[in-house]
Amino acid sequence: MIKITNLHKQYGELEVLKGIDLEVPKGEVLSVIGSSGSGKSTLLYCINGLEPIQKGQIIVDDIDVHASDTNLNSVRQNMGMVFQQWNSFPHLTVLENVALAPKIVSKLSKSDALEIAEKQLRHVGLGDKLSQYPSALSGGQQQRLAIARALAMEPKCMLFDEATSALDPELVGEVLDTIRLLADEGMTMICVTHEMGFAREVSDRVAFFHEGKIEEINQAEKLFGSPKSKYLQKFLSKVKT
Amino acid sequence: MESAATYFSGFSPNDLWFLGEAALRTLWISFWAISIGSILGIFLGLALSISRLLAFTLGTILDIFRSVPLIIQLVLFFNFAPIIGLRLNPFEAGLIVLTVYTSAYVANVARAGIEAVGIPMRRAARSLGMNYWQDLRYVVWPIGLRAVLPAWVGVALGVLKDSALVSILGYVELLKASQILMTRTQEAILVLSIAGAFYFALSYPISYYATRLEQRWSE
Repeated sequence: MIKITNLHKQYGELEVLKGIDLEVPKGEVLSVIGSSGSGKSTLLYCINGLEPIQKGQIIVDDIDVHASDTNLNSVRQNMGMVFQQWNSFPHLTVLENVALAPKIVSKLSKSDALEIAEKQLRHVGLGDKLSQYPSALSGGQQQRLAIARALAMEPKCMLFDEATSALDPELVGEVLDTIRLLADEGMTMICVTHEMGFAREVSDRVAFFHEGKIEEINQAEKLFGSPKSKYLQKFLSKVKT
Repeated sequence: MESAATYFSGFSPNDLWFLGEAALRTLWISFWAISIGSILGIFLGLALSISRLLAFTLGTILDIFRSVPLIIQLVLFFNFAPIIGLRLNPFEAGLIVLTVYTSAYVANVARAGIEAVGIPMRRAARSLGMNYWQDLRYVVWPIGLRAVLPAWVGVALGVLKDSALVSILGYVELLKASQILMTRTQEAILVLSIAGAFYFALSYPISYYATRLEQRWSE
């Protein structure tokens, strides 16, 4: 589904990703952990083409994302992304927020777009907020709105970039529940996260990033239960789940 | 035998008509300068927001138009245009200068609007598969416009009033017409009061409509 080979990414002089090899099969939930600045979020930006890469290859569903003749917009339609900041469109109602992309990108009719938007909003538990504006929603609700907005494009995989980091602690749970729901439904996902408990419980595999490389990758239980890398051991002792 | 009276005669209802026509000319030149200047300015603002190099070079050029007094720009352009082979009447010369002047201001307003939307919001839009223009049309435009509409209204009202300066090129708009009438009637206070009322009548709808729009958006 997603196959990354020898990925290098630089911002000017600063090398953020130093040769990443990673394969995520269909239906897998992969969590990415690591300290700030280890390149976790950058990886997601490279996967959906929001950041150019310097070397290597990213294949998503047999399409080379960074090939010059690739239509990034159609790649992104198959790949939902949820950011740390929820970025709901403030001028549109909750329903319109979700219906916008299906209407203008997928070119669905207005009624079809609204129908799919409503379906996805009910899916994430916002069925009673359709006609509200995002400003009336809590952070957790806005993040679930962002998830619904991504799901409305009917993506084949989802990328979560620290989706709960900007939330008040009491709102984290509802967003994690929503992500868990998607995992149970078999969605292919890459979750960059600081929630170790969540990573351990939901993920099939967990990758630990250290200074732009995958320091260790393993099944969740093994990675947390018996970490091999000394950096990972140090990291886990600091975050203490 | 009324030769003396023809130089100075009191304000008559016909003069009101004369001022009204002049007010329409003010409206006419302002309308086009604001419309074309705003469209131009939005694209310039987009250019300013794209790259630093562009922001520096283009920004400096635009700063010239924002810094040199409009009256000097008008006189210079009107007198130098024939040298490069442009035969322009006062309206055309005035419109061109006013338009460029407007666009220089709107460019900076537009850039502020684009920056108000922010990169994260635009990335979210792009991540949904929107292309560059869809992002601009459906996300940047509505959100940015809401952020900078008051600033744009300020520019528009400023240009409407600054259009009075085109009078020095001989275009008979509201101020020029007032000057003509003042010379003839010697009733400066009356004439200027009426002219002021006309300016207000032209400006008020813009700010009224903008305020209504802001109220509707804030609901």
